[in-house]
Amino acid sequence: MRRRLQPVILGLTGVLGFFGLWQLAPTVGLVNAQYVPPASDVLVALVSLTGDLHYWRTIGNTLLTWGIGLGIAGVLALVLGTVVGLVPWLRRSTRSTVEFLRPIPSVAIIPLAILLFGLDRDASLVIVVFATFWQIFIQVLYGVADVDPVARDTQRSFGLPASSRFVHLVLPTALPYIMTGIRLGATVALILTVTGELIIGAEGIGRLLTQRQTAGDYAEVYALVVTAGLLALIINLIVRAVERRVLAWHESVRAEVVL
Amino acid sequence: MSAPAVTRRLLPASATRRLPRWLDGLLEAVGLPLALLGLWALSALLSPNRYFPAPWRIAEAFVATWVGDSFFVDVLPSLGRLAIGLALAIVLGVALGVLVGSVRWLRQLVEPVFEFFRAVPPPMLVPILALMLGIGDTSKIVLIVAGTVWPILLNTVEGVRALDGVQRETATSYQLTTLQRVRFITLPSAAPQIMAGIRQSLSIGLILMVISEMTNSSSGLGYRITFFQQNFQIPEMWSGIILLGFIGIALAVLFQIAERFVLGWYRGLKETERA
Repeated sequence: MRRRLQPVILGLTGVLGFFGLWQLAPTVGLVNAQYVPPASDVLVALVSLTGDLHYWRTIGNTLLTWGIGLGIAGVLALVLGTVVGLVPWLRRSTRSTVEFLRPIPSVAIIPLAILLFGLDRDASLVIVVFATFWQIFIQVLYGVADVDPVARDTQRSFGLPASSRFVHLVLPTALPYIMTGIRLGATVALILTVTGELIIGAEGIGRLLTQRQTAGDYAEVYALVVTAGLLALIINLIVRAVERRVLAWHESVRAEVVL
Repeated sequence: MSAPAVTRRLLPASATRRLPRWLDGLLEAVGLPLALLGLWALSALLSPNRYFPAPWRIAEAFVATWVGDSFFVDVLPSLGRLAIGLALAIVLGVALGVLVGSVRWLRQLVEPVFEFFRAVPPPMLVPILALMLGIGDTSKIVLIVAGTVWPILLNTVEGVRALDGVQRETATSYQLTTLQRVRFITLPSAAPQIMAGIRQSLSIGLILMVISEMTNSSSGLGYRITFFQQNFQIPEMWSGIILLGFIGIALAVLFQIAERFVLGWYRGLKETERA
């Protein structure tokens, strides 16, 4: 029991200690209290924000862009990744193009997105989809190609039709990769959603942050940064929970349970 | 259906290939890019589009824009900030990671706080850093460090944690000093994880480099492509996007070389295990 509790207690102490430092540093004058408000001020700002409908609508806007972007990128990556991954000549002939396009930092196409779609959510979505697509696509590509050779030969000599080959062989092999891709993609999508709000000015917490900063309300600026962090943590927790459920049969997850 | 496959396997590979192997590989590598470029050129000729200028106009703009002064004024300082930021993040991340990873109570104490810091989308820090540090080089470099240090740090912690028990006991019975232990046991065995963290950080760092220059800035790559877009200098804007693409590829290649250098022994080990 003590062993189980120890990390929790220490972790809580760490969080409290961090808040204590954050409270103390501006109060003592270690940092400028105007630009780094003490933790208590930020907490008050956060609580008063949660009573504001506009705050929740802003979060909703961010989540909407994030969800649409992740959805489009996910479907595109699954379809294209499966097709390209399963057809060897396609795989070979697209490799150089993929390796060229993938490292292009998505923020580089922000100007192009603004020209094509204006200062709007659509422009934001372009960079979200571009960045997220590669994360998932690469995983799908590796996943569908990772089929165990013995299992593939067995399926061939049993003469199973293509459809059952896909359901019983390719899909179970690729699923752990796909889930990893979605987990990475979910984080990247949020980063670029916020970037779009900060730079392009699409509705959402990033834009609200710039507005509060211009207004000089620094406690709220920090409260919004905390909000974004919590949002990312919650998204990560949900994706991990889904991953564990979907892959409950898979050894990488089963091994965790045994330990 | 399987008959042709069998006969093909019985023949030597060269007999069934119409093209020599190297030509085949070359075609596969350049075929699609050339086809796409051709399509782009064709569509630019048939229906000129303001926002998608012809490839040769972008090539012209590329040379005119980036070859010369601009390379030293905009490109080099950007890359310099990225390099300094990443180097600081690697040193900080690995040093702190080794410390936190080897001391159990310390890890349990700081891990939740660190996980939160990693979760904060780094672009959100741009306004805050501008407040605290102004809009000079310092705040741009600190932004890159603040965004890239967490994947390296947390990956190092994971790598150090997974240290083999026998190795640790061996180190104890050989009475290795702390420094020797870190140098010869901890760092090599955590290296694969550390490199995985650095790879994540590279792409984040590049994104942050561009973002830091898109706001509150009057030089740098990010500033230049935004400037071109606002002034409707479309081919110049495209040339900037393509330059950033090249930088991304160069970083990826450099990382691969570094990884082969650092993890050569590890790949060798994996292959022996498999064989």
